[in-house]
Amino acid sequence: MYVAVKGGERAIENAHRLLASARRGDTALPELSLEQISGQLTLAVDRVMTEGSLYDRELAALAIKQARGDLVEAIFLLRAFRATLPRFGMTEAIDTANMEIRRRISATFKDLPGGQVLGPTFDYTHRLLDPTLAEGEHSVEPASAAPVDGPMPRVTDLLASDDLIEQSPNADPADPVGDLTRDPLGFPADRDLRLQNLARGDEGFLLALGYSTQRGFGRTHPFAGEIRLGEVEIEIFAEEVGFAVPLGRLTVTECQMINQFKGSATEAPCFTRGYGLAFGHCERKAMAMALVDRALRARELGEEVKAPAQDEEFVLSHSDNVQATGFVEHLKLPHYVDFQSELGLVRRLRAEFQALRSGDTSLAREAAE
Amino acid sequence: MSGPTYNFAYLDEQTKRMIRRAILKAIAVPGYQVPFASREMPMPYGWGTGGVQVTAAILGPDDVLKVIDQGSDDTTNAVSIRKFFAKTAGVRTTTCTTEATVIQTRHRIPEAPLGEGQVLVYQVPIPEPLRFLEPRETETRRMHALAEYGLIHVKLYEDIARHGHIATTYAYPVQVDGRYVMDPSPTPKFDNPKMNDCAALQLFGAGREKRIYAIPPHTTVVSLDFDDHPFERYRFDAPCALCGATDSYLDEVITDDEGGRMFACSDTDYCEKRRATNRDDAVPGNGPGAPAMDAASR
Repeated sequence: MYVAVKGGERAIENAHRLLASARRGDTALPELSLEQISGQLTLAVDRVMTEGSLYDRELAALAIKQARGDLVEAIFLLRAFRATLPRFGMTEAIDTANMEIRRRISATFKDLPGGQVLGPTFDYTHRLLDPTLAEGEHSVEPASAAPVDGPMPRVTDLLASDDLIEQSPNADPADPVGDLTRDPLGFPADRDLRLQNLARGDEGFLLALGYSTQRGFGRTHPFAGEIRLGEVEIEIFAEEVGFAVPLGRLTVTECQMINQFKGSATEAPCFTRGYGLAFGHCERKAMAMALVDRALRARELGEEVKAPAQDEEFVLSHSDNVQATGFVEHLKLPHYVDFQSELGLVRRLRAEFQALRSGDTSLAREAAE
Repeated sequence: MSGPTYNFAYLDEQTKRMIRRAILKAIAVPGYQVPFASREMPMPYGWGTGGVQVTAAILGPDDVLKVIDQGSDDTTNAVSIRKFFAKTAGVRTTTCTTEATVIQTRHRIPEAPLGEGQVLVYQVPIPEPLRFLEPRETETRRMHALAEYGLIHVKLYEDIARHGHIATTYAYPVQVDGRYVMDPSPTPKFDNPKMNDCAALQLFGAGREKRIYAIPPHTTVVSLDFDDHPFERYRFDAPCALCGATDSYLDEVITDDEGGRMFACSDTDYCEKRRATNRDDAVPGNGPGAPAMDAASR
């Protein structure tokens, strides 16, 4: 009985041992290697890197292995590690127009400079379980072709040259980009912080919010102007040499939504933008992010804020799955001290209620005192 | 991959400095919630990351740390946090309230009075006392700035109108130094009077919500109430089944499926100390120090 509360220390240790053994599973079967995870569960690794906010395939694979495939837990592991890393500096902004393209599609133009490049996609597959995969060893050589030559301009840049879409706001170089991991998020939040928050935000949460805008809760009339996936250079400005030097390459997915136009007596009508960007191949995330980014621009664009997806405090305060899972799951922790005081109050209120019912006013008063 | 090495008490010195600045500001403006750049910690949000960051920022090599959850040193999360600092800071840990220089707590204030030179660090889930009346941070910050606290009094009044009592039993709002209304974290209201004129420094850390606030030593802390409905503590009216204490907050423990229950001190250190003293004084097997089984029966 009371003793059961004691001995927490050994119980915890044993629980951790059991967890390690459950993670490993049947030891007669070979153990998963990090190479297998990062090579064959690539999209899981991409999601963990994106929401974990750290571009490192090997660590993300380790996190997935350690978390037994629980991606939110893996994201948490990666975030906690990231929080301990020193900052060397800030890279130059990546240039997605110069991306080495693996996939690029536009839903707004049938053909465009650079063409439509489908890349590796689930789109158009029939979702039929494939028994041949279950049998193992199943390799398919990809079809190959000469790389697409020539530039592959972004659709939004093409529209912008005709002023048909609002200009992408140019960041003020004197105004440093915000970082919500270094400064607490305050409201109203500028777009840099908002995009950072959405990029780290839970895919499922953003998906549901983006979906809600399509169903009329903060409608934005979106078109998938362009989705592109590929490799971009990252560069850092080196003070010693006076120019930017390449650091390496990232795989990113970018989505630019083209949304309902705005215009007024003084301004010609033009389309508006919603933007999404994710590490690796996270197309669903990038699209949902672009929808929510646009919905959250309601205030800036003078639209009435009515729907949840347009509500900055609501969206940005609840998008982070590491925060959300922690607080939801903390209900597992003991709360018996608080519960005891609630129990005391409810017992007292019930006693008063019963006394009133039985018409014993003296008892009722006594109970009330 | 080489194993990562961590700084003393886990956090890097720059982060600690940022947190210490927030703490200093919090002490300078008692009860005011200071935003700080909370970090991801290696334990989940909602499990004491705010308290852990505050403790990490103030801990020195000579400190003696005590960690309690629900008043007890042995609850799983208290064990986990104590081990975390024993490992990352190598500080001495204790379960003895009077011996500790830093006490991190969740949901309780120790029964033994705290003294000068001690720091009580609270883990806070929702730092905003107005949050459940007004969900918007922009609004609640404005209300604090203007000391516009009518809403919370209306809530307490509505409780009385509906139930005949103020129906808040834990996280009972207080006013600090006659200015800011503050959430004392979900401690039972039994503990509220201990915050007033306390000799120890009280620090509150909310990690997920990114807020730190403080009550400096010997600050006036008043639980909100009305003249005709004064604040009252709640305590189950029974002695502790283990040590016989009549002044401590009690946990209710269900002992069988026939309604059997016992009540025992939630503060395990307080209870053990009393039992040790009683054992020395009392005739063995007699008095309040006697085995719990008899006292526990209905």
